[in-house]
Amino acid sequence: MNRQPITAHIPGLRRYARVLTGDVWAADDLVQDTLERACTRWRLWQAGTDLRAWLFTLMHNVFISQVRQGLTRARLAPTVDLEDVAQELRAPDTSTGFAIDLQRCLLRLPDDQRAMLLLVTLEEMSYEAVAKVTGVPIGTVMSRLSRARSRLRELLDEPKDRPAATEMGSTAPRSVPVLRRMK
Amino acid sequence: MTNPMNPDDMHALVDLLAPEARQRAIDALALKDPQAAETLRSWIEQRDGLRELNRSVLDEPIPASLLQAAGRFSSMQQDMKTGWSRFGMAASVLLAFGVGWLSRGELGADPAAPAIATKAMAQHEFVRQASFAYAVYMPEKRHPVEVTAAEQDHLVQWLSKRLGRTLKVPKLSTQGYELVGGRLLPGETGARAQFMFQNAEGQRITLYLGAVDQRMDKIDQGGTGFRYESDGAVSSFYWFDQGFGYALSGQLNREQLMALSTLVYQQL
Repeated sequence: MNRQPITAHIPGLRRYARVLTGDVWAADDLVQDTLERACTRWRLWQAGTDLRAWLFTLMHNVFISQVRQGLTRARLAPTVDLEDVAQELRAPDTSTGFAIDLQRCLLRLPDDQRAMLLLVTLEEMSYEAVAKVTGVPIGTVMSRLSRARSRLRELLDEPKDRPAATEMGSTAPRSVPVLRRMK
Repeated sequence: MTNPMNPDDMHALVDLLAPEARQRAIDALALKDPQAAETLRSWIEQRDGLRELNRSVLDEPIPASLLQAAGRFSSMQQDMKTGWSRFGMAASVLLAFGVGWLSRGELGADPAAPAIATKAMAQHEFVRQASFAYAVYMPEKRHPVEVTAAEQDHLVQWLSKRLGRTLKVPKLSTQGYELVGGRLLPGETGARAQFMFQNAEGQRITLYLGAVDQRMDKIDQGGTGFRYESDGAVSSFYWFDQGFGYALSGQLNREQLMALSTLVYQQL
């Protein structure tokens, strides 16, 4: 595992970033920033230790600092040309209703809770590993995980058939890009 | 209900137990504490659902800009191990440029010198990309290729069209390797193709090919010539021929890889 080259970790980082941000471009930007950071701090990584955990730590720090600067929010509500996303809209693994609901509700969780839930589920990291990656005590990991799961359940159980207008206030799911035809 | 389940144990049950064991635990709990059992069911549904989200991204080709950043990281690591290689490369470039520049004025013409240095770097980049592509797709269990060997005609037609040249898939069965399939990849100067082969032990090798800068082989008066490069884990033989670059990569020793490369070269 540790012997794998850095490229072997990129598909996993991209997928995690995609689910975390809910946005194709923001996700690849996040991975790019992570790899750039890895290049400037490569001396801090000791060969033979867990490269994947180190990369996820860098990515978590980049993500949290972007969130603090409000960068992701600005980037997460882009105007998108329908033709550019046509392929994504057709992507098979987003076509189920549950997956769409899940992604939408997930993005309404607080950023740190969402990150922890995804490190545990998507990345199958141990709670200790998540504590190291996110730099918080394990007790905090467990309590945030509890809050994330309970909140996600509430969000998923909310009636979905109510008019979209009631959702469009300040709590509108920020993941959903505004689709606009350019031509 | 006298002993409500500890939340940490609930998480552990959801995250660590195998599906059958989870189900047995929930069935047992449902009798004592139906509400907790219901919570667990919903958490498991969440977990299973989350794990399917954007799964297809795992099989997408890696964008070139990310590969480049990763390449910089790897070369820094590599330089740590090999000491002065980066310095050596930079020095040889400088030397070549210097010689070229000097020779223009005083020593008679050797206009190829700077070009040779550029060429060396471009060739190095080509084989590096080939070895990344190998490292990324070699361990892949479910989707090692985009189009499998079962549709070989379609595969060859498709990749030939995208690379702008009629491709041939070499036969390596005399060495025990059969075609798994192929995929299209982004490269520095356009589309690249990767063919994957596998032997009976599951050992995989890849043939990576695509158009390269025309200058790369024009200068090479002495013929194409195989070159060998190894980063420790992955080794490659590579060569350039009529504007096309080829790299055969695998976790084999030099002799085995050389034998396979010769076989490939003879058939192309």
